[in-house]
Amino acid sequence: MPTYSLRINTEIYEVTVPEGTPLLWVLREHLELTGTKYSCGIAQCGTCTIHVDGRPAKACVLPIEGVANGEEIKTIEGLSESADHPVQKAWIEEQVPQCGYCQSGQIMQAAALLKQNPNPSREEIKRYMSPVMCRCGTYIRILKAIERASETTNL
Amino acid sequence: MKNHLKTIPEKGFTRREFLKSSSGVALFIGVSGLLPQMISCKDTKGIKEQLEKHEITAWVQITEDGEITIFNPAAEMGQGSMTALPLLFAEEMDADWSRVKVEFSPQESAIYGSEGWVPGSKLMFTVGSRTTKSYYPVMRKAGAEARYILRHSAAELWGVPLSETSTKNSEVIHEVSGKKLGYGELVPHLKLPENMPDISESDLKKQKDFQLVGKYIPRTEIPSKTDGSAQFAIDILMPEMVYAVLERGNLHGATPTLLNEVEILAQDGVLQLVPFDYAVGIVAKSLEQVLQAKKLLKIEWSESQATGFNSQEVYTSYENIAGQGKKGRIINEMGSVENAARSASKSYTADFKNDYVYHAQMEPLNAIIQVAEDGQSAEVWVGSQQGPDTKLGVPDILGIAPEKVNVHLQYLGGGFGRRSMNDFVEECAEIAKVMAPKPVKLIWTREDDVGYGAFRPLSLQRLKASVDNTGNITGFSHCVIGDGGHLVASGARNDHYNIPNQLVEWRSASHGVRLKHWRAVGHGPNKFAIESMLDEIAYQQNMDPVALRRKLMADSPRALATLEKVAEISDWNGPTKEGRAKGVSFVEHGSLGTGVCEISVDQNTGKIKVHHFWIALDAGIVVQPDNVKAQMEGGVIMGMSSVLKEQITIKDGRVQQSNYHNYPLLRMEDIPDSIETVLIDSNEIPEGVGETATPMVAGAIANAFLKLTGKRLRHIPFTSERVLAALNS
Ligand code: FES
Ligand code: FES
Repeated sequence: MPTYSLRINTEIYEVTVPEGTPLLWVLREHLELTGTKYSCGIAQCGTCTIHVDGRPAKACVLPIEGVANGEEIKTIEGLSESADHPVQKAWIEEQVPQCGYCQSGQIMQAAALLKQNPNPSREEIKRYMSPVMCRCGTYIRILKAIERASETTNL
Repeated sequence: MKNHLKTIPEKGFTRREFLKSSSGVALFIGVSGLLPQMISCKDTKGIKEQLEKHEITAWVQITEDGEITIFNPAAEMGQGSMTALPLLFAEEMDADWSRVKVEFSPQESAIYGSEGWVPGSKLMFTVGSRTTKSYYPVMRKAGAEARYILRHSAAELWGVPLSETSTKNSEVIHEVSGKKLGYGELVPHLKLPENMPDISESDLKKQKDFQLVGKYIPRTEIPSKTDGSAQFAIDILMPEMVYAVLERGNLHGATPTLLNEVEILAQDGVLQLVPFDYAVGIVAKSLEQVLQAKKLLKIEWSESQATGFNSQEVYTSYENIAGQGKKGRIINEMGSVENAARSASKSYTADFKNDYVYHAQMEPLNAIIQVAEDGQSAEVWVGSQQGPDTKLGVPDILGIAPEKVNVHLQYLGGGFGRRSMNDFVEECAEIAKVMAPKPVKLIWTREDDVGYGAFRPLSLQRLKASVDNTGNITGFSHCVIGDGGHLVASGARNDHYNIPNQLVEWRSASHGVRLKHWRAVGHGPNKFAIESMLDEIAYQQNMDPVALRRKLMADSPRALATLEKVAEISDWNGPTKEGRAKGVSFVEHGSLGTGVCEISVDQNTGKIKVHHFWIALDAGIVVQPDNVKAQMEGGVIMGMSSVLKEQITIKDGRVQQSNYHNYPLLRMEDIPDSIETVLIDSNEIPEGVGETATPMVAGAIANAFLKLTGKRLRHIPFTSERVLAALNS
């Protein structure tokens, strides 16, 4: 089995897994970075959203060999030093999560949106956030939280 | 392969052990949850961190610096129990909420159960939206007991009469002498009264004195759900842990014959095959290996009861069943619908249908179980709505006593009824038994979760109404046809509409498809049918739908108040934008709520857009108003998702959907501009709120559609094809 070297949240990890192993399993089951969640495994739900070189990506469909060449991987654990990214703060202020299972994916997607587009319109938010599903139905609060984060910060 | 795996499951003492081992003092929790003997609090040296928390009662611990830990007895799946229940406790204890921490209670129903489900027996359940209601008396009384012990201890210390003491914000106060002691400071002086008085309702706070209940209080566990630290069962990692999956097929109840056992056992990492009647289980060293092996399985499936069943064709036979003269099981009967029909000046009949829907809780089912080497005890990590009373079926499988099974409840990544079934825990126990003492993580893939789901049953409702010559509805009969008894029949009664002659009956069908409670259960389809029928009558009679309901609700003032309120906030009588219309729908599910939605329809694509949703809700005393509003928002979104998009279909017994690509859920692009909830003031006991909004949605949309187009939608989901067919009818 090959060994891969991954750059995740400012650390370097070595991991030995079969070629083709989805990054999601590596993060969760091998590296204990369980904040990123599994829900569909086929790039449909966005629950596993992380950042690769600053862009949102779905870890469930990223084979490990594609992200082990110096790419910068960021997971929810590395989004901020002490859970104080403006998006995270807005999430608490708007009391967004219900069960919470989808929320790492939502927050990573939202952080990526505001980085690209610090002042998105409602329609832009809805469109950008649509790849990430929430069964508990927290969308209205997600929308408000993103608006709040975009108002209160210069990202 | 695993670099530096460490144990993540909760470390240290379980509370049970803690109580046994504290300071060598014989400790015992009585059924009341009170400790007859207190810990020697002076001796804190050498005692682990947990032991620095001093018991007041089984429900609460305090450190000497005033940090309070309150135990939450219910599962947390996003509905807010982790806050609402401890808040009730803290209210009566007069605890400083800013110093309160919340932990799950041990799974010991004799102490932490409620009689709210079955009077006379204490249970720990998180089902039926009844957590707050069931625990309202329990938590308040327990909080008041803790407060009593604190006051008693202070009174003894100061040598003053108990009656002269009072409490405020984590302090006991003796007004006469001006003495005050914080709850933490009282820890070394804690003393249990010789006779603990029975706390009665009159000893509890009056609603007007509430400091926490009814206020805006952020939910305790939300921060952990914004940084990835909230722990779900699926996140558990343990040394030596192995991974298990099952291949169950998509024909429910079929028996497998594995054709390539040798090949599978030869795969990298595969450790074991475990046969089940309905599945093939595989265990491997890693998740990627077990999933890889699962893909290679070659299985021949037997036929099952479901073979030959086609869900979309079954409605014809249901129509025949509805047409038969013989009644089914009577669920409610008042007066005589036959007499009403004979004297009616107008009669209406309509059939309403609903397809199967799937839970789609975002965290796939999973469990982690470690069986001891000797097979005589087990540790279980799981997110479950089911109480611990059965220990989730694990003791039976292992052939050991229930007290040998320790359940560690984790956050639930969604429940919606699916996690009140134990199938996934039992499967894990079967495999952990074989693999002992290795811990086993069993995961259902999303494909497993959909294909072998336990659905809300499809059903047909035949409604008949009689209207007299003054326009009053005099008879209303509701015949439900479908599999699953209560699963299809719940919510078919009308307890808030004053119709003198009513009949509700259920006629059974059976298809061998797995079924389960799905948020609001039968209320979804049944309220859709009832509320649509009322609007169809109103439409025919040229009556305003709100005016019609106002008349029907005349004897049910609480229900009527929700109708009036929602009419007001939605500006029901005001103008509506061109191309839009409003529809109304009432639901009782513990709490009472009336909803109004505003929709438009794309005539070319058949797509329905919901622009706004308004709800007026009477939920009795509201413990956490913001959380109740969140439940309404989530309930409406889940309702819209199920009503507009979701559909499980079965062909020749086989589930046709397998993952979110062919079972899509509502996404953010389709949300309404607003969901507004008004909570009606009340001093009645709290009622459940988790399942009131979801079943409003179908009726409200269908009624708005009728107003907008004059056409009827009588089959959920309202897919584009069905909407176009209705428009062209
Ligand atoms: S788990 Fe990756 S998109 Fe669903
Ligand atoms: S908060 Fe439960 S799925 Fe989004």
